[in-house]
Amino acid sequence: MSELTGLRAATLGQLLALIKEVPGSCIYHHTHRFLQQHQYLSPEPPNDFAYWVTDILGEDELGEKLASIDTMQYSTIRSLRDKIAQTIEEYLSGSSFAKLKFARPGEEFHFIKSVSFILPKNYTAYDLKEFADILKKITIDSIYFHIFEARLRLEKPTNDFSFWIENSLGDKELGDAIAGFDPYTRTLEDLRKTIIQIIERRISQ
Amino acid sequence: MTEIEKYIPLVGQSIIDDLRLLGERLKGKVIQHINSTPVGGGVAEILNRMVPLLVELGVDTKWDVIKGGEQFFDVTKKFHNALHGKAEEITQRDFEIFMQTSRENIDNVDTYGDIVFVHDPQPIALIKKKAANKWLWRCHIDVSNPDERVWGFLMDFITQYDSAVFSAPAFSRKLPIRQFLISPSIDPLSDKNKELPQETIDAVLKKYNIKKDKPIITQVSRFDRLKDPIGVIEAYLQVKKYTDCQLVLAGGTAGDDPEGFKVLGEVREKAKNDPGIHILLLPHNDIEVNALQRSSDVIIQKSLREGFGLTVAEALWKAKPVIASNVGGIPLQIKHKYSGLLCHSVEGASFAIKQLLSSPEYAKKLGENGREHIKNNFLITRHLRDYMLLFLSLYHPEDIVHLC
Repeated sequence: MSELTGLRAATLGQLLALIKEVPGSCIYHHTHRFLQQHQYLSPEPPNDFAYWVTDILGEDELGEKLASIDTMQYSTIRSLRDKIAQTIEEYLSGSSFAKLKFARPGEEFHFIKSVSFILPKNYTAYDLKEFADILKKITIDSIYFHIFEARLRLEKPTNDFSFWIENSLGDKELGDAIAGFDPYTRTLEDLRKTIIQIIERRISQ
Repeated sequence: MTEIEKYIPLVGQSIIDDLRLLGERLKGKVIQHINSTPVGGGVAEILNRMVPLLVELGVDTKWDVIKGGEQFFDVTKKFHNALHGKAEEITQRDFEIFMQTSRENIDNVDTYGDIVFVHDPQPIALIKKKAANKWLWRCHIDVSNPDERVWGFLMDFITQYDSAVFSAPAFSRKLPIRQFLISPSIDPLSDKNKELPQETIDAVLKKYNIKKDKPIITQVSRFDRLKDPIGVIEAYLQVKKYTDCQLVLAGGTAGDDPEGFKVLGEVREKAKNDPGIHILLLPHNDIEVNALQRSSDVIIQKSLREGFGLTVAEALWKAKPVIASNVGGIPLQIKHKYSGLLCHSVEGASFAIKQLLSSPEYAKKLGENGREHIKNNFLITRHLRDYMLLFLSLYHPEDIVHLC
């Protein structure tokens, strides 16, 4: 769910100040929202900050820097927030014109928080075959939760699938294979297909 | 087959299973919707569909309507316009009329729900009855640039609610209560959006004497200046210099809206002498609107202001290429060049129409992407989920809610 904050930025300076002070749920929202809303393709850079900086302020170079932040390298929202803020700060210190740019009325950046609801589904897997079968039929929201939210928002050491495969089935190699690719560069349906393929290959070995 | 099961072929079994799981979490709670009219208008349209579906999902949902006389609704219409940013003369007497009817409703409406869900400004003062139950206020209006006097008057009520709900991020502002973003939705099984046999589409075209011999550009909207029908004609005339095409302007105008007829007159005047322009009055004829959208090559929505603009979602759901103004909730529905084209002017609209008519493959791709985007984000099943999560949020103030 998306919770509105009423906070908005019209300049890079305001954006930076708010990035430093808004709740972590806002940073999470603006770096993950696109995944759930564009399941069929990824038309936007992988975070809202990058999109706004590029398309509204016309700061392509900063937009590219923000879009290419490798979220997989950060294990907490805190560290991801620091990296985003640092990227904008460094850019501002080297570009005096960037400080002067304003978004037009109606095109400000609006800060939104993600509110997550976690509830158990009626599916239980005891082996890889059952696991792959369930992956084929659960909603994309479940896959999203176990891959993205579990790692970054709940601060687990890896995604839930890799953790379970390694610790309950004892297959570290398969767990690492799933944890080893960058899920941020795929659509959620691609992600589902890729994980199922990796698991089915393992089953047939 | 239950009503909710009819959505399974469109959205998948797992989405419906999730809705049922959420419904179970709300067992024992009574949800009471309150608005100002049982028929007509977008709010009544969506409640008519959502209330029975929520009941099927196990959520005990009721719907009550406040009463009000002509004077009261004249005042709330002025409020509506003023909240949309239109200049309105609002007197102290207007506020008194609003409060007088509100007091009568406070005395007469039973607010029995565990969660009382109040829609729009008309019933807003019922919050005075707040007891131990939870109260939600849903704003369906574009309040990005409201008349501050009216907004200030409403704020005294809004701040007493537990949470507020808005349709677009730009409509929010700092409030001392929680506020959520929930977009409206379309119902893919309604007459306006369901699949139609080709014979039905052909029959509607025949009825209105529209031939498929040249591309059809369509705008479906009330005859209202904010929908800019004159601008649409101007864009069409610019396109016609290069590509032979025809324009359909279809929509209703309320019988008691003198401005609507005035605008319709202006549109007819502008369109005279051009047999390629079809001006159709279709009040509440959803099948015909559906057929016209499905037979169009390009759909346009050139609004100057827009609360949300669900006609865009309706067109995209039919996989039609859409050109629409970058206002209100439209940019949430169209990502420029991926799921449609956004424009800011007559010239921009005209260029975009020419582009789509001469690049049918590109137009087709935009329409297909648009349909997927609507399927993921703007169908009634997503709306049902958001409402149930909203109800649950009233009992969970945290950002990560474990419903184990």
